[in-house]
Amino acid sequence: MPTGRITITLEVNGTPRVIAVDPRTTLLDALRECLGLTGTKKGCDHGECGACTVLLDGRRINACLTLAVMQEGHRVTTIEGLASGAALHPVQTAFLAQDAFQCGFCTPGQILSAVGCIAEGRATTRETIREGMSGNLCRCSAYPEIVEAVFLAATQPGSP
Amino acid sequence: MRPFHYERVSEPVKAIAIRAVAPNGRYLAGGTDLLTLMKDGVECPDHLIDINDLPFRHIELDSDELRIGALARLSDVADAELVRREYPLLTQSIEAAASAQVRNAASIGGNLLQRTRCPYFRSETVVPCNKRTPGSGCSAIRGDQRTLAVVGTSAVCSAAHPSDLAVALVALDAHVRLEGAGSTRTVALRQFYQTPDTAPDQDTILRPGELIVEIVVPRLDPRTVGHYAKVRDRASFSFALVSAAVVLRRDGDQMRNVRIALGGVAPMPWRLPAVERALEGTGLDLRGVAGALETILADARPLPGNQFKVSLARAVVHRALQLAAGAA
Ligand SMILES: Cc1cc2nc3c(=O)[nH]c(=O)nc-3n(C[C@H](O)[C@H](O)[C@H](O)COP(=O)(O)OP(=O)(O)OC[C@H]3O[C@@H](n4cnc5c(N)ncnc54)[C@H](O)[C@@H]3O)c2cc1C
Ligand code: SF4
Ligand code: FES
Ligand code: FES
Repeated sequence: MPTGRITITLEVNGTPRVIAVDPRTTLLDALRECLGLTGTKKGCDHGECGACTVLLDGRRINACLTLAVMQEGHRVTTIEGLASGAALHPVQTAFLAQDAFQCGFCTPGQILSAVGCIAEGRATTRETIREGMSGNLCRCSAYPEIVEAVFLAATQPGSP
Repeated sequence: MRPFHYERVSEPVKAIAIRAVAPNGRYLAGGTDLLTLMKDGVECPDHLIDINDLPFRHIELDSDELRIGALARLSDVADAELVRREYPLLTQSIEAAASAQVRNAASIGGNLLQRTRCPYFRSETVVPCNKRTPGSGCSAIRGDQRTLAVVGTSAVCSAAHPSDLAVALVALDAHVRLEGAGSTRTVALRQFYQTPDTAPDQDTILRPGELIVEIVVPRLDPRTVGHYAKVRDRASFSFALVSAAVVLRRDGDQMRNVRIALGGVAPMPWRLPAVERALEGTGLDLRGVAGALETILADARPLPGNQFKVSLARAVVHRALQLAAGAA
């Protein structure tokens, strides 16, 4: 049975990256193991925690629930690609300002999810933020600060 | 995960032809259910046929019906202007499902075909489960019964179907268009799922290799209103304990053409034809509905661990009726 590696191109954080992967490799493992981008975290590996959230063609998804080979030719944005040079993304700034983390494990996923949530137009009130961010769990339970950070980023002038 | 051969196709006939010679193959859409099942060893396909390039992404409305391509993403359907306007019930049922991340990846067809969330069926360590291995027994019957079905079950399996969208679609009398080797057919979604009597491992009547092409929803009379109510163990991002989709036509101060489907209580979205008939012509103020609601799931055979679903279902239908009829 032909099960060898498949060579694919992913546009990761604006740069085309060519990798050869076993078809079983999830996008999450490809980012972490093949490309060394360990900012995207693996919590549950089952779509239940949101730690692996990345943007695929600008939309938030769970990187653990898709195969790398399925995303050939697509654009992936991870936490490493969010800032422009030294200037943090407004959502990153808001998370710092609101102290929206304790251990930080869920934070990259929270931030990417928040970017998606704001882009979808779902981050209008604290209630819609709570619902829109429900795919991201935080074991430190920094939820109140996370909601404030997303609200701040969504409502500040010149927000993303 | 076991090794498999991966192939991406752009024509339905090609997908069907590959699947015909790969009996242990599976179609791959969003992958949000299939990959989870593969990680846990529940599914071990030797061939994945990626169908994401098939031209089934349309969301179209004409004078007779709404047609949704099987590969349209849940979020695209929920957000589509014409769906929000003409079928808000569909948007409600999708927005009550999973998380925004899952909804961006998950397809409509895959949602209808997702497997049960019975924890024994999905257990990483293999335990007796007739749905997973027919004849091996049922671990749930003496175990955790909270998520199990209360009606339409059999001695071999009591698993509930987990889809929210399917419940709304069944209340809307939707059909699915299927394409197999040299044949196409259209089946009412209500007839698509099967009870776990002789083949508990077969959730639906889909034949091996058959593709879901699209979902077809009849147009609604402009006086039609509906509501999807879902009760779960946490406020968001959780499967339904019980849900109800209600559709009715407002006729003066009365309700007509009442259609009710329950989720979380059966191996399929569960319509309540007798209750629907009893509610026909009752007032939109819901003063005359108590007797009919008390008959909901009167024929159920709950287990000690999920008996609560019967009274919960009555309350959830009441809530959905209130919100649909504007009597809340
Ligand atoms: C954490 C989590 C929470 C969830 N919560 C909910 C919830 O609350 N409510 C809810 O309704 N759902 C929920 N889901 C389920 C989710 O909606 C489904 O996993 C998703 O809809 C499946 O779609 P997919 O495209 O990813 O399917 P896949 O995983 O790609 O496929 C599922 C199955 O369908 C088959 N298939 C797919 N498309 C076709 C087609 N066109 N023709 C023939 N066969 C096909 C595949 O071969 C496979 O067997 C949840 C999922 C996760 C991971
Ligand atoms: S209820 Fe069905 S799915 Fe669950 S363990 Fe029993 S046989 Fe398996
Ligand atoms: S690691 Fe992907 S959702 Fe938990
Ligand atoms: S900050 Fe620790 S898990 Fe969220």
